Amino acid sequence: MTPFMSLGRAMLKGFFRDKMAFFFAVIFPLMFLVLFGGIFTDQGASRAEIVQIGTVSVLDEAPTGAKTYIDKSLDITTSSDEQDALEQLRKGDVDAVISEDGDTLRVRYSQADPVKAATVQGTFQAIVQSANLAVTGQEPRFSITTDQVEDDSLKSIQYYTPGLMGWAIASGATFGAATNLVVWRRNGLLRRLRLAPIPTRSVVLARVAVSIAIALVQAAIFLGVGIALFGLKLTGSWPMLIPLLVCGTLAFMAIGLLAGAVARSEEAAVGIANFAVLPMAFLSGSFFPLDGAPGYVTAISKVLPLKHLNDGMLDTMVRGEGPSSALVPMAILLAFAVVVTAIASRLFRWDD
Amino acid sequence: MGVEIVVAGLVMTYGDLRAVDGVSFTVAPGEFFGLLGPNGAGKTTTLEMIEGLRKPQAGTVRIGEHEPWKREPALQRRIGVQLQSSAFFERLTAREQLDTFGALYGVASGRTDEMLEQVGLVDKASVRTEQLSGGQKQRLSIACALIHDPEVVFLDEPTAALDPQARRNLWDVLRTINDSGRTVVLTTHYMDEAEVLCDRVAIMDSGRILELDTPAALVRGLDAPVRISLAPGAVSPEEARVVAGDDPLDVDATGTTITTRDASRVLTALAERNALAGLSVKGASLEDVFLELTGREYRA
Repeated sequence: MTPFMSLGRAMLKGFFRDKMAFFFAVIFPLMFLVLFGGIFTDQGASRAEIVQIGTVSVLDEAPTGAKTYIDKSLDITTSSDEQDALEQLRKGDVDAVISEDGDTLRVRYSQADPVKAATVQGTFQAIVQSANLAVTGQEPRFSITTDQVEDDSLKSIQYYTPGLMGWAIASGATFGAATNLVVWRRNGLLRRLRLAPIPTRSVVLARVAVSIAIALVQAAIFLGVGIALFGLKLTGSWPMLIPLLVCGTLAFMAIGLLAGAVARSEEAAVGIANFAVLPMAFLSGSFFPLDGAPGYVTAISKVLPLKHLNDGMLDTMVRGEGPSSALVPMAILLAFAVVVTAIASRLFRWDD
Repeated sequence: MGVEIVVAGLVMTYGDLRAVDGVSFTVAPGEFFGLLGPNGAGKTTTLEMIEGLRKPQAGTVRIGEHEPWKREPALQRRIGVQLQSSAFFERLTAREQLDTFGALYGVASGRTDEMLEQVGLVDKASVRTEQLSGGQKQRLSIACALIHDPEVVFLDEPTAALDPQARRNLWDVLRTINDSGRTVVLTTHYMDEAEVLCDRVAIMDSGRILELDTPAALVRGLDAPVRISLAPGAVSPEEARVVAGDDPLDVDATGTTITTRDASRVLTALAERNALAGLSVKGASLEDVFLELTGREYRA
């Protein structure tokens, strides 16, 4: 067996026999996927809760077709105690209280949940409009049909899988490289390998190969669980994920090598790696979308490698972009890897 | 087999500290050579320059025709190093460690069984290194240093932190490794170890070599007196006084002790009086030489 192969095999065995490392690289991020997949699955089905006071003719006399539409978005209960209903509304137990005042429909709502507030207002606008039209006896001239272009891709799992996978792979590569470097320096194995008749690059390349292999295992498990349990659907150019992962692994290994070069103990290396990766995961949209984030957060995220890894994976895995959409993120990740590796190698020490 | 090592005028300074300050010696092919000294004497730094881990600031090292700091694979295949007993791959078994180190040297895996046999770890082959005792780890790390059958072997404090049984057990292993004519260089701060194992010993302190000779010659050179002890009552105090003559005499409840530079005269006189009950004779040891040379003050 070649030195490269035997070093790689030794490192892989070391990784898979370390139950803690395996847990944090694979199981822990997967727990988030299961958690997020479970929490956000039926978000779209939740209806606004309405309390109706007395009779409301636009609802009570609505035609059957309109009734079905209303039931889909509103959950209506009737009550005669207006004060109690308003109290429930203030507490947030219900989303709106409706009552009739002559020909005027009175909708009282709470801004506590802005999405529900908008749904309630829009729905009742539409109900009143169509009731007005019905009174004139005219057939409606314009009609509307709605079609969603993403074919279910707004399902939250489509967003969370690439983001959480990016975080898992970033952590795995960073922690693996950082602890490997510190442990081998402290136990003297680096010096020992330096006196073996093998070039230093065999050691480095073996570590790179092992990190990439671990990243591919992580990705396979993530996609498997996403598809099997949560109905994840991959779009056409998803195989571009593989070169993206290779570039991402190189970028995060570089961060790990830097952390390992600076740290004097394994604990310090893990701390520094965490300090680098965890805030980056939040700022790169691994856990929630950055669409509503202020401009400066978006600006910061642009210099973070994880943001580009996540974007590349989102584009190719679920947004249905072509394979070429991965090229820019890959180039950025590689450039990042080169710069950080250069800094890490300046700070590298063979022994303490 | 066996290669000559020539060390000439080695210097290594760290800031103001002259860790190694002009060290020169030659190790003959097949010799078991000891570098002895207290902590911080410069033994390990000297050894690291000889192995090729550090480039000397001044002076030269030659192993055969090679300069080790160039780290040529041709030389590295001929030397075996044992640095720290912890220098293992994490979570691999003893057998896997030997297989992995063997592969780095292009050795067929058949050597692994041979090495496990040689260091007495056959029954620990499938045990992970983390679960081995201190002595077992040391033996495995020596096996890893010998996996490619090197001509020169460097051992850096191989018995540090071992209990007395494990140390003696390891000595048996160490004694065998230069049987086939290997050159062996060992650092230690245990005098008894150097005395038992080494053909020649260099005593170092503060980056310099203070003495270099065979252990026996070093002890002789000290010209230290011999302590002759007898059981209580083996000889009367009056007679002991006569036998001791001008030499210091010490009589107490544990027995009678005469300290002399003329052991044969004292022993003959005691034998004539048939007063040899509980006799013990203690000569100077390398430890006495060492303390004489390096002083007795406490070192960290």
